[in-house]
Order: sequence, then structure tokens, then C-alpha cells
Amino acid sequence: MDAIILQILNGLDKGSAYALIALGLTLIFGTLGVVNFAHGALFMIGAFCAVTVQRLLNLSFQTVDETQKDFLGNPLKVDTPYVEAWFGPEIGAAIIDWSVPLALVFAIPIMLAVGYAMERGLIKHFYKRPHADQILVTFGLAIVLQEIIKYFFGANPIQTPEPSALKGSLDIGLMLGFDPNAIIYPIWRLVYFTFSVVIIGGVFAFLQFTTFGMVVRAGMADRETVGLLGINIDKRFTIMFGIAAGVAGLAGVMYGPLNPPNYHMGMDFLVLSFVVVVVGGMGSLPGAVAAGFLLGVLESFASTTWATTTIPGINQIIIYLVAIIILLTRPRGLMGRKGVMED
Amino acid sequence: MSKNQVTRRGVLKTGAVAGAGVALPTIFTASSAAAYTNEPTGGTVTLGFNVPQTGPYADEGNDELLAQQLAVEHLNGMGDGGCLNTFTSKALKGNGILGKKVQFVTGDTQTKSDAARAAAKSMIEKDGAIMINGGSSSGVAVAVQGLCQDAGVIFMAGLTHSNDTTGKDRKKNGFRHFFNAYMSAAALAPVLSKEMGADRRAYHLTADYTWGWTQQESIAAATEAMGWETVNNVLTPLASTDFSSYIAPVLNSGADVLVLNHYGGNMVNSLTNAIQFGLLDKVANGKDFKIVVPLYSELMAAGAGENIKGVLGSMNYNWQLDNEGSKAFVKSFGEKYGKPPSNSAQTCYAQVLLYADACERAGTFNPCGVAEALEGFEFDGLGNGKTLYRADDHQCFKDVLVVRGAQNPTNAYDTLEIVEVTPVEQVMYAPDHPMFGGAEASLGECNSGA
Repeated sequence: MDAIILQILNGLDKGSAYALIALGLTLIFGTLGVVNFAHGALFMIGAFCAVTVQRLLNLSFQTVDETQKDFLGNPLKVDTPYVEAWFGPEIGAAIIDWSVPLALVFAIPIMLAVGYAMERGLIKHFYKRPHADQILVTFGLAIVLQEIIKYFFGANPIQTPEPSALKGSLDIGLMLGFDPNAIIYPIWRLVYFTFSVVIIGGVFAFLQFTTFGMVVRAGMADRETVGLLGINIDKRFTIMFGIAAGVAGLAGVMYGPLNPPNYHMGMDFLVLSFVVVVVGGMGSLPGAVAAGFLLGVLESFASTTWATTTIPGINQIIIYLVAIIILLTRPRGLMGRKGVMED
Repeated sequence: MSKNQVTRRGVLKTGAVAGAGVALPTIFTASSAAAYTNEPTGGTVTLGFNVPQTGPYADEGNDELLAQQLAVEHLNGMGDGGCLNTFTSKALKGNGILGKKVQFVTGDTQTKSDAARAAAKSMIEKDGAIMINGGSSSGVAVAVQGLCQDAGVIFMAGLTHSNDTTGKDRKKNGFRHFFNAYMSAAALAPVLSKEMGADRRAYHLTADYTWGWTQQESIAAATEAMGWETVNNVLTPLASTDFSSYIAPVLNSGADVLVLNHYGGNMVNSLTNAIQFGLLDKVANGKDFKIVVPLYSELMAAGAGENIKGVLGSMNYNWQLDNEGSKAFVKSFGEKYGKPPSNSAQTCYAQVLLYADACERAGTFNPCGVAEALEGFEFDGLGNGKTLYRADDHQCFKDVLVVRGAQNPTNAYDTLEIVEVTPVEQVMYAPDHPMFGGAEASLGECNSGA
């Protein structure tokens, strides 16, 4: 039982990232009708916002310490971050320690701007082109973006640790009445799950309870009629592209402490996220979120020792296997709407 | 009166005979000149450096390239000479190789076997490279080694740690300076036993490809021989990025040691995940839980950050080694590039010098002559201490380093500390060892491409 709870937690955690990326993908597809293969790259750029904030906070000046030697035997140059010099060692260290949560503030305007620039600069020219062209251009854009990141940050993963206060793990089993050490779960993973639930809830609330959201939903259902009513739906959809980029970016910022960001991380998520969107149903926001969590949990169970010894390799194919079964039984996905990508 | 008739057929016949007559000496000349693939004829000789310049190991490849460029400088008599001053063989004079100035071309392996083979092929066929060196993956090394064997050039492997490279896939034209999975296990096991006790239960997570399999097989055999029990071995896809679902079951598996047979990004992520799950803070079977990473590199250590503190592993070389060869290399590399050399940089630097030295001693660039000069060659002064290039399998035998993630690093470069220098005798094995292809494994025949 404890192992099952542990894998469910793990699955929800994995599913959080899938759901956040798939949500953004579906928002873009549902509003603009664009299949955005650069969405994984937006997730990656978000993670590198955290890396950049960490680097900015760690900007240092050098002093020479004659008492210590470097690897060549010369006096050691010691780096002292400016923030520690300005705010004192303790406060400065605390600011650096909380660089990932601080990066959220930094990432929001950056991601909105990146999303806006991407949509206005490139993607809008492809609205009336076939989906294959959109896929090619956005995939190319993803490669360009990741090469730019690699040029500036290198190919190696870069640690962006969580704040010390949120390091370590919680003995959830003890709280639920199990034996000690039965269900141990890292605190930051719980934070990530909570964060994703809040973001997903926020996006749904925005679409459901604001006038802007209502217009966007109307536009998703019937773009032409909304346009005929004199509403500039294109402008709103551009803003939605920015919001989708923001969601992917924030997911990336918070993901950094789970696995150190590298330039390739967007691609690692991209294919799986597309499967999530297709399984959830093209254009269905609740479908994307539900499929994200569902596939995360299934993947987690398929990686258990029991599963891998019973059916070797099941962990690598489970998502695609489930996708095939769902598409055979429900060709439009779990919550797909009639007419989407069917013309 | 004679009639001089010129027929079309006659012209063709005459032309064919005359053409053959003119071409005949050229054919003989060409045949005698190309005694072997890419024989240098001018005042230069071209080496091919095949390293990952893009892809996940690009930083490692970049470090290899820096070391290779430094080696070429030293061979051509530029810079401070580096290990030419400490190398026990004094055949190299700093005037190139056999009097020919050394130049180089580079290829990008992308850490993909097909891309690496294509890059090597291009350097051999288009650029006239006479030797291929570099790489950061065993899959790539085995693939490129096979290509070099067929093309008739020497392959001086870069970072490759799978037993197979000089085991079942060994080749007469291929040579490995880097150590291997068996040696890591043989060096690590006694230290693990001393530090963690002989009664431990190990859980393995293993990268699902040639290197991971041989690493796991080696470390499991060595630790079981000293009394450990292997509880489980889970193969993880190479493309994995999140290992949480593999790590989560470890605590309740009855294991008290986690062995991560991972390298590069896999290792950085799996170790980070293991630390997040608090494994190192736990007690299992009445003992402190421990993590072991059999193969370390400086670049991985930098990627893993604080997570490697106290975690044991092994290395082929570390810049902190205190011998004359190492000091000369670190000084030369450090002054030129402002950082100490990595494991992979050192092995490539040593390989380029060893190749050049073998050419000088053999008096030829002919790969068969060079191979003969390298076989059974004993040397010192390149940073690893006394080393033997064994003739039977073209594997270098030297001391192995057991290292630990430093508890209190004072700068970005001393993230690892040397725990023990394991003497070479402890990591020796028979050339027909079952983990290395057994009695069937053979180098085959030398191919000069003639």
C-alpha cells in the first residue's frame, strides 16, 4: 500500500510538468490553431530564467587571498557576491538561497515578452499555412532557441537548487499512520505539485470567471462569429499565446531544482506532452490536464521494479501503449471535441 | 602506291595501347607510393580529432579538443613542451612527427555512433587524417574503432570505459589509454568494503547500453566477491531525465547502498533525485545509507554540485595527482586555458603524444609499424605514473584513482578528493577474462589499408 501511494505521488509529480506544458500547448492550439513544437523550448527558457537569476545574484568581485593557493600555486582569488557585500553575508546568502522562487517574478515578464515576440514575429505568418508547415517552423525555432541557450550556458546541466528550507524530504507515511520511512517524499516535489495545481486552477479561473476569458472561450468555439461582433479576437489570442508561454516558463523555473536544467530539456518533454494533448483530446483544456496526470501516474507505476521485471521495457512504452488504446477506443481522445483537426 | 587508310577502329586500338603504355608506370608508382592509407607525402601530417562538439557531452568534447590542440602545439615545439619534458620516452624532439609538422582536423561525434563514423570517415577520406583520436562514449568508441580498422588508420580512443572497447570489440588498429569498468570495480571494491563494511545490500540503477551493462556486471561481481549482496538491478533508458520513480522503491527494497551505473546527464539527475529523496540521511538495516557512483568526471561533479559530497567513485586521472608528469600537464594546460584539465582532456593529450612517440620509435606512420611500437610499450611521465600498453588487448594498465566528492571544496575545481591510488597490480586481469570476450576475443590482423 505504501509503495502504491508513493508511486501515485510520483506520478502526480511527473504529471504536473506534463499537464502544465500540455495546458499551454492546448491553449495555443485551441485559440490560434497552431501546433507549436517550440513549446518545450519555452519550458526550457523558463528553467534558464532561474539559471540567469541565480547567476545574476552570484555576480561577484574578486579579492586575492594570499593565505590560500589556487591549482597552479598562485594566490587564490576569492569570489564574494555583490549581494553579500551590499546586504551583509547573512541576508545576501539568504537572497541567493531563494533564487529559484525569486526567479518566478523575473520569469513572468520575460516569458510573456518571449511569447509575444514569438507569436508576432514568426508564428502569425503561419496561421493560414498547413499544420505540417507550422510544425516544421516551430520545430526549427525550438532548435534555434536551444542552440542559443547552449551557446551562452554550455551543454552541461546547471544546478539550480531549491531554498535550504525546502530541501530534504517529508515522512508522509508517518502522518498517514504507516511505519517510519514507508513513504518518504521530497519537499520540493510536493511544492511543485501544489504550484502546478495553483497555476492550472488560475488559468481555468481566468478563462471561466473573467470577461476576457469568456471572449477567448467564445473565440475558441467560433472565431468568425466573435470577429463579426466587432471584437478583436486576434489581439486576445496573441495575449493567450503569451500566457501559454508564461505557464510553460513558470513550470520550467520550478522544475530546475528537480533536475538540473540543460539546453535539451524542452525536447525531452515535448514529444510526451504532445501525446498528452492527443490523449486528452485536441483543443480540450480539461482533457490535457487530466491526461497529463493520468499518463504521469501510469508511467510512474510502469517504472516500478515489479512492472519492469514482469514486462521488461514497459516503462519505455507505457505512454504510447495507452495512447494507442485510447485513440482506438476514443479517436478524439478523452475529452476531444468534434471537428477539431478533422477538416 | 600505298594507301594509308586511317580507320576508326585503328585509332581506338592505337589509343588504347598508347594509353595503357603511358598509364602503366603511373599505376606502379601510385601503388608503391600508397604503402598505407594516407601516407604523408609533403611536409605535414594530419591528425583527426573526433570529439562531441554538439549534443549532451559537448563540454567534455570541448575539453578534449583543448588538450589535443595543446598536444599538437607541444609536438610542433611551441609552448612550454608540457609532458614532452617528463615523458620517459625521449623520441619526441618538438619538431613534429618524423620531421613533419603536425596539423589537425576536427569532427563532431554528436555522441551518436553513426554521426561519429561519418565524421571519422570524412576526416580519413577527405582530409587525409592518418590517426583518429577522441570521443566521450563507449558506443561511439566501438563504432569508430571498427571504422578505423577497416580504413587502415590507427584509432587512439578518448573517454571510453566499457569493457567491450578492449574486450570483445578489441581491434588491432585500436588503442585505449582510459581505464575500464572492470578496473573501476577492482579499485573501488576494497575501499567500499573498508568504509562501508563487508555486509551490505546493494541496489543498482544501470544505464541501458553497453557501458552500463559492463559497469554493472563488473561492480556487482567485485562487491559480491567481498561479501555484498546485490538486491536488484534496474535498467534505466538512456534518455531518462527524471529518475524519481526508480529511486522511490529503493528505500523499501531492503538495500542499504545505491550504486548508480550512470554517466553524464543521467548521473547528474539520478544522484540529484537520490539526494532529494533523502537517501543519504536514512538508516537501513541498522547502517547509514550510502551511494556509489563508479565512474566520475570533473564535469559531472560540477553538474551535480553539492550532491556529490561524500559520494565515492573512481577516475582515470585527476589533476591533483602529485607526480612530475601530472604537474607539467596541469601547469601547461592551466596557464593556457585558466582551468585544470579534466579526466577526458588528459587521456586525449596522452594518446596524441603516445601515437606521435610510437611513430618516431617505429620510424614510420604505417599503422602496422605504429601498432607494433605501441604494443607492450612501458612508459611514465604522462600524468598517470608507470603505465603499460598491453600487447594482448591494447589496453593501458596503470594505477586507478578512487575519489570522493569533497566535503568542503574551496574553489570550483577541487570538487573531488583522491581517497586512494589503487596500484595497477590490483586492477590487472587476464586478456581472455570472461568479461572481456573470453578466449574468442581477438585483435585480428593489422590493417594498413594497402
